[in-house]
Amino acid sequence: MKTDDIDTKYSEKLYELSYDAANMCVQCGYCLPVCPTYLTMGNEAQSPRGRINLVKMAAEGKIDIINDLKEPMDLCLGCRACEVACPVNVPYGDIYGAALNVIAEKEKATKSPPTMSDKLLQTMLKNLFPKKNRLRTAGSFLWFYQSTGLSKITQNTKIVEMVSKPMGQFERALPKVESPTKRYKFGEHYKAVGERKMIVAFFPGCIMDAVMSKINRQSIELLQKCGIEVVIPQNITCCGALHSHQGEVDATKKLAKQNIEAFEELGVTYLINNAGGCGAMLHEYDKLLADEPEWKNRANKFVDRSRDITEVLAEIDDIPYEKEWQGVITYQDSCHLRNVQGVVDPPRKLLKSVPGATFVEMKNSHLCCASGGIYNLLNFEESMEILDEKMLHAIKTEASTIVTTNPGCLLQMRLGIERSGVKNNMQGLHLIEVIAEACGIN
Amino acid sequence: MNRPSTDELINLIEQEIPKERVLRNLADRYSYSYDASFGEYLPDLVVQALTKEEVSFIIKLANEHRIPVYPRGSATSLSGGSLAVNGGIMLDMSQFEKKLMIDQENLLAIASASVITSEIHEAAENVGLFYPPDPSSSHVSTIGGNILENSSGPKGLKYGTTKEYVIGLEVVTPTGEIIRTGGKTVKNVTGYDLTRLIVGSEGTLGVVTEAIIRLIPKPEDRKTLLASFDSLINSGKAITNILASGILPSAMELMDNACIVAVENYIPSGLPIEAEAIIIIEVDGHKSAIQEEIDKCAEVCERFNATSVKVAKNELEREQIWKSRRMVSPAITQIGPTKISEDATVPRSKIPEMMEKLSEIREKYKLNLVVFGHAGDGNLHPNILTDKRNIEEMKRVEEAVSEIFEAAIELGGTLSGEHGIGTLKAPYMSLELGEDGLMMMQKIKEAWDPNNILNPGKIFPQEGQTKVVLI
Ligand SMILES: Cc1cc2nc3c(=O)[nH]c(=O)nc-3n(C[C@H](O)[C@H](O)[C@H](O)COP(=O)(O)OP(=O)(O)OC[C@H]3O[C@@H](n4cnc5c(N)ncnc54)[C@H](O)[C@@H]3O)c2cc1C
Ligand code: SF4
Ligand code: SF4
Repeated sequence: MKTDDIDTKYSEKLYELSYDAANMCVQCGYCLPVCPTYLTMGNEAQSPRGRINLVKMAAEGKIDIINDLKEPMDLCLGCRACEVACPVNVPYGDIYGAALNVIAEKEKATKSPPTMSDKLLQTMLKNLFPKKNRLRTAGSFLWFYQSTGLSKITQNTKIVEMVSKPMGQFERALPKVESPTKRYKFGEHYKAVGERKMIVAFFPGCIMDAVMSKINRQSIELLQKCGIEVVIPQNITCCGALHSHQGEVDATKKLAKQNIEAFEELGVTYLINNAGGCGAMLHEYDKLLADEPEWKNRANKFVDRSRDITEVLAEIDDIPYEKEWQGVITYQDSCHLRNVQGVVDPPRKLLKSVPGATFVEMKNSHLCCASGGIYNLLNFEESMEILDEKMLHAIKTEASTIVTTNPGCLLQMRLGIERSGVKNNMQGLHLIEVIAEACGIN
Repeated sequence: MNRPSTDELINLIEQEIPKERVLRNLADRYSYSYDASFGEYLPDLVVQALTKEEVSFIIKLANEHRIPVYPRGSATSLSGGSLAVNGGIMLDMSQFEKKLMIDQENLLAIASASVITSEIHEAAENVGLFYPPDPSSSHVSTIGGNILENSSGPKGLKYGTTKEYVIGLEVVTPTGEIIRTGGKTVKNVTGYDLTRLIVGSEGTLGVVTEAIIRLIPKPEDRKTLLASFDSLINSGKAITNILASGILPSAMELMDNACIVAVENYIPSGLPIEAEAIIIIEVDGHKSAIQEEIDKCAEVCERFNATSVKVAKNELEREQIWKSRRMVSPAITQIGPTKISEDATVPRSKIPEMMEKLSEIREKYKLNLVVFGHAGDGNLHPNILTDKRNIEEMKRVEEAVSEIFEAAIELGGTLSGEHGIGTLKAPYMSLELGEDGLMMMQKIKEAWDPNNILNPGKIFPQEGQTKVVLI
């Protein structure tokens, strides 16, 4: 493409948003060995160094934002392992976000006809994720579907798989949804057992709330049992991570503000979440709202008070364990917990503290499992290649349980277990499920 | 002869190499247009070769049609080594089939070109052996790239550079033949030593596909000290006197005040920010010998008025000392986004003089110039921090860089201690080698590569080129 074919309006915006950051990259390549997409695809355009360079090229107007930049950015997992590996602290997350934003804007403006999956995604982002009741209904539907045996029939006939292969495979990896009658309530206070050590708010998330509400319920009961009072904020909503991944900055900001307000009303010590991906988004509200001075203090305070549940639990010396665990446990880091929130040791410390369990670290546990938001749905083949490699390491540990701390990763690992044919000797669980069960919470 | 069009070329290549490994779209081409130096040249296409037969096929084709080919490992070169300066084919060797075998009996490693250097370190250590060359890029760079750049790091002082360990190679020549040089024996005096000729030839004489590498037994233990000085001259004297006292440390690293301050601003690690220089000394070998040696090193430092000398008591303290050294590179990029990293090397007795010369250059051109490096072997890294968007300053940088090279050569040193010549230092080659010396090298290149297709534009100056042009 010649330079004069390139729409300078968008390259200029990209320049403004990302050039200084991209220009910090000294192209040393230190980030190459940690990038899952580079490792499996073996192509520099699918490496952090390559992607940063392409953003720079697009900002300089040398390549086109849609024709040349979009694909490499779409294929990025956003796991941000590169950011941690970088010796000169290039803020990859910001560059990535800026690129997604400008790509989305240009796509909208040029009205390139959206594909079927683009349309579905947009509808979900607008109408499903921010509306907790609708999502809950979807979750309840799923429960009905699973508990009536309908799922058995569809699984056996592979109807879903015929419609969409990735959807079909994920459908089978989905954990069992809990009956809607067992759900916690928004606005409710759940009292501490024994002497109250702390009062916290709990962030239920959207996917977690809809289809993994059991893990949320267990989180709440576990905190209670550890002497912590838990409030579910009445007006809390989706964290916005999925919107942000699609470059929808305005929608993300709106959700962020609603969450900040919902938390402020309560005046509690922490806002606790149990999903690495959501946690990372909450953790960066200050960056998201950096250009809105009137939100600065509020966002900073919010970020300061956000905690992953493992951080809080790891501080508690006397977790009320009641049962022995059987077998080896291994752990797959949630990238967003590890690379964005910097939480590396607490989950490991907790797993090691489970009575009876043997913790074995798997090789490359720090490398992304390629679930990456909804990356695995959008880029199924690429994602499965990374996952299959990961499973080889998981199986080597001889673990009977593989633990994660994020719903997307959990689904992905369960799918990995299915795909590698070890379903009979390995299960995929959220860390909370393990700790809760060892504490006698079902 | 007419060069075929890119489309024609792609058709020819795809007769042997699957489509997925022939990259031609703009994003891919830009992704192979740079290395860790700066300069950006767009190749016409990128080919990812997996076998020596594929390499041979590409080179034969290129030679027949006079198309430039640039071998590329991980592109961590700091001298523009793999840049596609004349367009043509970027030959990506990073995906080449990986093979790494340790031959414990013969103290050897056999590695294909794409193996990452740190993988060799690890494999050797697993069986109690040691591969000493340790460029700080070892977790990223390929052994192929290391061989072609003759890389080394802090350990170069005691253990030498990559060339000391490569005893055999498998090479595809610029006309496409597959040859072997050297072999598995440490002693080998059959004919010309082509192995040594190819090591450090920066991809201009052949594409290396496999190497036979000598390993040595792993030293039993090591000890490390950190000494600060308020006079650069004294730190230099301490260095030369330690070496004169019969001790050969495994590393001796130097940082000037600007580096110390930069590291402390970046990640505070308790370095003395008022010191004019600090040196890090490490000795390795037998447990009882190294205690004595490190004591003696400390004594010499004190004799030359070190303001403090600290020997690491355990692995943690040792790691802290080295961490501050490793932080220099990232720390100084905080001063300016564009980093021009040189590796002019002088005889070690000339280090103090070279340091003085560098400080004159800093003053004269008013630049952020900092110095650190492998003082034990005279391999200094003067680094200029700037912003390439500042054209006026970049012009001053060009002048300063020229003067750095001239100073090194005047003091009996060399243009490059480890980063190679590439595109950046080519204009200065005759300064060091003389016209006739350079001509002999050119004759070798012509004999190997009559059509000048392999990595053109590197090492040798272009017509009329006399000084580096950065922008
Ligand atoms: C942060 C950083 C730190 C560094 N530290 C050091 C250091 O301490 N010591 C040091 O010596 N260097 C250092 N370097 C420089 C660089 O890492 C080395 O020169 C390294 O050997 C290059 O390896 P590569 O695989 O990246 O090769 P590339 O950069 O891809 O290529 C280097 C040269 O080798 C040629 N080449 C590559 N593979 C082949 C092959 N198979 N056959 C033929 N030619 C080939 C290329 O054409 C080019 O001329 C550093 C670089 C960086 C970015
Ligand atoms: S975010 Fe993850 S996938 Fe994307 S470039 Fe960085 S390391 Fe690679
Ligand atoms: S590690 Fe950082 S500076 Fe180095 S190439 Fe990656 S992003 Fe750029």
